[in-house]
Amino acid sequence: MDIMSNLALGFSIALSPYTLMLAVAGCFLGTIIGALPGLGPSNGVAILIPITFTLGLDATSALVLMTSVYYGAMYGGRISSILLNIPGDEPALMTTLDGYPMAKQGRAGDALVLSGVASFVGAFLATIGLMLLAPMLSQVAYQFGQAEYFALYLLAFCTLGGMASNNQAKSAIAACIGLGIAMIGYDSRGMPRLTGGNLHLYDGIDFLVAIVGLFAIAEVFFFIESHGKKSSIGVKLDKVRIPWKDIYATRWTMLRSSFVGFIAGILPGAGASLGSFLAYMSEKSIAGKNGGFGKGAVKGVAAPEAGNNSAAGGALVPMLTLGVPGSGTTAVLLALLMTLNITPGPTLFTDRPEVVWGLIASLLIANFVLLLMNVPMVKIFVKVLMVPPWILLPGVTMVSFVGIYSLSGSYFDLLLMVGFGVLGYVLRKLDIPTVPVILGILLGGKMEDALRNAMVISGGDVMYLFSTPISIGLWIAAIVGFVAPMFLRRFLKKPQAITD
Amino acid sequence: MASDRIFGLVVAVVALAYIAGATQIQTSFLSDPVGPKTFPIIIGSVATIAGLFMVFKPDPEPDWPVLRTFGALFFAVVVLVLYAYALKPLGFLIPTAIAAGVLSYQIKPQALKAALSGLGLSIGLFLLFKFALDLGLVGFPKSWTG
Repeated sequence: MDIMSNLALGFSIALSPYTLMLAVAGCFLGTIIGALPGLGPSNGVAILIPITFTLGLDATSALVLMTSVYYGAMYGGRISSILLNIPGDEPALMTTLDGYPMAKQGRAGDALVLSGVASFVGAFLATIGLMLLAPMLSQVAYQFGQAEYFALYLLAFCTLGGMASNNQAKSAIAACIGLGIAMIGYDSRGMPRLTGGNLHLYDGIDFLVAIVGLFAIAEVFFFIESHGKKSSIGVKLDKVRIPWKDIYATRWTMLRSSFVGFIAGILPGAGASLGSFLAYMSEKSIAGKNGGFGKGAVKGVAAPEAGNNSAAGGALVPMLTLGVPGSGTTAVLLALLMTLNITPGPTLFTDRPEVVWGLIASLLIANFVLLLMNVPMVKIFVKVLMVPPWILLPGVTMVSFVGIYSLSGSYFDLLLMVGFGVLGYVLRKLDIPTVPVILGILLGGKMEDALRNAMVISGGDVMYLFSTPISIGLWIAAIVGFVAPMFLRRFLKKPQAITD
Repeated sequence: MASDRIFGLVVAVVALAYIAGATQIQTSFLSDPVGPKTFPIIIGSVATIAGLFMVFKPDPEPDWPVLRTFGALFFAVVVLVLYAYALKPLGFLIPTAIAAGVLSYQIKPQALKAALSGLGLSIGLFLLFKFALDLGLVGFPKSWTG
């Protein structure tokens, strides 16, 4: 079978001692990043990209390291949810609902192990799903022309914008800020634009500068505002053992939630927050009133963790096959690919099989490493939660500065990064999502090129954009994706903020 | 309310300026039907509409911090800007210790701990970046080491 031989190729790369070491290091670092409140997967991956790049790792190694960090952060998010009642990152929000009550009942250890196992089931099944679905989707993507790609990018903005904010106008502004920034500098035909005569801007604004500013530096400002208020660990963590009974009792919950999460992850723009939300909600309605959800139900701990880790894997499907990220963190991973000169899309599977399959194999390995780290060794990560924010956040800032500085050696990029930090603070204060800004900066150039090339092919006929069934379908999906959340919101009172 | 209206207005004005800037873009002789102006103009137009939407249909006022916190935030931004300028001429160690210490104090005002964490972060990160990760950082001002 094709998949088997590809997977064999993948494992031959992933099992080399060096790659294996990177995967373990990434998992460890990722779990720490995920566990620390205020340092989610997108922040963590964002500040590490410039450093990875400066280390001069080859494409596969860099990708293995960063996706291990990504998966690790998704695992780690639950630790502070359960122990502090503060989600380590956005998707772990749902885990606080039953995880913290369970910990207060003296079962903190059980909750940590159970959620670790649920994370494993979700992430493992999602990796299998990615393996099966991604090659198929890349076959479909081969039929995409310029018009379809333009519609696809539009779809990504519409669904992400629709999900990310309560207010469509605010999402549209966010996307326009990103797209507008992407236009600065030379266009694809070599004409400089919108630079205001500033020589620093001729090469455009590096998306890494924007990402680190919007995520990491803005976070520091939020901590200054709140003066690092953080509750201490109020629950006792005794000896950690494996709660076999709970794991057995939640086996169907984990499988169902993994499935729901994976589907949520694939949808462009939905991401892991939606995955954990839907998984929790569907299990809650299956269990009914007597399920004890919200009071420390084991199913309420297993469902969101299986859901969000599965969604994290699902989000890699559109990112790898179409070049369209499904969440904030996958947008950051897309930035990594672009830094490494890898163009995601259908051709990636045929041109660079070693990258794709090496990545998939290392995700499978990373899952086992993470299971080991997060079950017997979970106490180590609990210690990390003791790092006070007045050491952590200045540290994050300095790492961000060094990362960006080592990329270009230019003070101008550092100033821009601080500027993006201020922008990120103001946007988040006004409830304007920052992920569409990132997506705009990443995809703006490609989106414009798709439009321009489509018009060259058609000789300027705008109707060409709607000339195939696929493109019409994408346009309809885009419009529905943008409009539908306005109506759905009446049913689901509070929509999920998407920042993962 | 007011915040959304002000921000919406700023967005609309900047977007109009952006459109004006886009109309000035030089078109190359190898022109395609769309050209380099069209897409920026579309973006500017969408942003103008969305900005006006915020002006006329604002959300409830966000939770702005008190004036003193704004002062602390402004000060933090100034420190980071100075840090950006200082990093090259003054080397890594001294500016980092000061900037990290100030940020730490802004998050939690305890002078001794802030100073220690600034110093610790500066030295610790320098060792990590310079020796473990092999990045080309300069520790002290060039004039000190000759």
